[in-house]
Amino acid sequence: MTRKNMWLAGVAAPVMIAALLLFAGSTSVTAADRPSPAPAGVKIDNFSFGPQTVTVPVGATVVWTNSDDIPHTAVSTEGLFKSKVMDTDEKFSYTFTKAGTYPYYCTIHPKMTGRVVVQ
Amino acid sequence: MPDKKQDLIDQQLQDLNNDGVDRRGFLKCMAWAGTGLVWTMSGGIPVSRAFAKGYGKDAGKGADFSFVQISDSHIGFNKPANPDVTATLQTAINKINAMPHKPDFIIHTGDLSQLSKPSEFDTLDQALKGASAKQIYFVPGEHDMLSDNGEQYLERYGKGTKGSGWYSFDHKGVHFVGLVNVANLKAGGMGSLGHDQLEWFEADLKGRSASTPIVLFAHIPLWTIYPDWGWGTDDSEQALSYVKRFGSVTVLNGHIHQVMQKVEGKVSFHTAMSTAFPQPAPGKAPSAGPMKVPADQLQRVLGITDVNYLVSGRSLAVVDSPLGDSGSSASGNGGPGR
Repeated sequence: MTRKNMWLAGVAAPVMIAALLLFAGSTSVTAADRPSPAPAGVKIDNFSFGPQTVTVPVGATVVWTNSDDIPHTAVSTEGLFKSKVMDTDEKFSYTFTKAGTYPYYCTIHPKMTGRVVVQ
Repeated sequence: MPDKKQDLIDQQLQDLNNDGVDRRGFLKCMAWAGTGLVWTMSGGIPVSRAFAKGYGKDAGKGADFSFVQISDSHIGFNKPANPDVTATLQTAINKINAMPHKPDFIIHTGDLSQLSKPSEFDTLDQALKGASAKQIYFVPGEHDMLSDNGEQYLERYGKGTKGSGWYSFDHKGVHFVGLVNVANLKAGGMGSLGHDQLEWFEADLKGRSASTPIVLFAHIPLWTIYPDWGWGTDDSEQALSYVKRFGSVTVLNGHIHQVMQKVEGKVSFHTAMSTAFPQPAPGKAPSAGPMKVPADQLQRVLGITDVNYLVSGRSLAVVDSPLGDSGSSASGNGGPGR
C-alpha cells in the first residue's frame, strides 16, 4: 500500500467510521430505540436451576445453560415455552415480552423447578 | 397348596424379621462374604437360600423358572462416570450368557437410552441380540421419553402395549405387569402412573386368584425412597392397594442405579443396579446423578439381578451380581443364609 493509502486505512478510515457511529449514536433516542435488556442466565447444575428465581425486565431474554452431566429441559407449566432436551453445555433461550410470574420445571426430573419473574 | 407347606413358608418369612440380623446387616454381610442370595419362588411364595460359589451348578434344578432383570443401560451416555456404557452392557450380557441356567427371559426396567435417539436404541438392540434369552420385556425410563411422548420408544418396544407403554403377561403361572411411571410428570412431583393406567391395572387384576404370584416392574421405584430426589411414585399407593389381596407380590424397579430392598407384608420391593453408572446413596451427595468411582471399582457397582424360582423353603432375598468378580473374601463361608 502507498503511504497515503496506509494513512487512509490505518487512521482516517477508523476515525471516520468512529465519527459516523458517534453521530449515529447521538441522534435523539426514542423509546423504540432503547437497547433491549441484557440477557439473564440460569445455570443448570446438580439437578437444580440456579438461581431458582430469576427476575428480569419486560423484553429480556433468559438463557438456560446445562452444566450438569445429565440432560434437562426447561418447560413452562403454563405452556408458554418448552425447551428441547439440553444435553451438557447446550442452551435454550426465551424472550419474555409480558410482565408476570412464570413457573417452569424440568420434564425429565420434575422435582427441578424454577421461576422467571418479569416486571 | 397344602396348608402345612404354606405354614412352613410363612413361618420362615416371619423368621426373616426375627432372626436378629437386620436387613442392612444382612446385605452388608452378603457383600463382604462375596456371595449372593438366591431369591426363589415356591408355589407362589418367594423364598431364598444362601448360595456359596458352588451354588451355580445346582441353580435351575427343579426350578419353576428364572429370569434376569437389567436396568438403566443409558446407551449414549459418555461422561467420566462411564465413557463406554455399551461395553459395560456387553459385560452384563456376557454374564447372563455365562449363567449355568438359561433365563427364560430378560426384563429391562428402563432408561434404555440416554437421549431417546434412534442410534442409541439401535445399539442396545444390537447388543441384546447376543443374549442367551431371546425374549426381552421393556418398560421405559424418563430418558426414553425424550422424543414427543416417547414416540421412538413406543415404535420399537410398544407393540401390544397401552397408553405410554403398559402391559401384562403370564409366564408359567406368574402374572407380570409392566407399568410406566415416567410419562406426563407434573412439576415438583415424582414418578406418576396416572388415572388411565391405574384404571387399566385394576381391571387387569380382576378375577385373578389371590394365589397367583404377581410381579410388577416399572422404572421409578414404586415405593418412596427419597422424595427430594424424586425417588418414588406419587400415586403408587393406589396401585399397591390393588395387589394387597395377593399372596405374593414382587416389585422390580430401576432408576436409582443401586440396590435397595424392602419387604412389606407380602410385597417385596427391589431396585437393580445399572449396567452404565452408579448413583450416590440418598442424601450422600448434593444431588442424584452419575457418580464417578475409581476405574477399577466400576465393575463392582454395576450389575444384573437374577431372579430364580426354585422349590425350596428358606428366607427371601435377591441375587444381585456385580459385573466384576467379587473375588475371594476373608470369610467365604457362604454368607448368613440358613
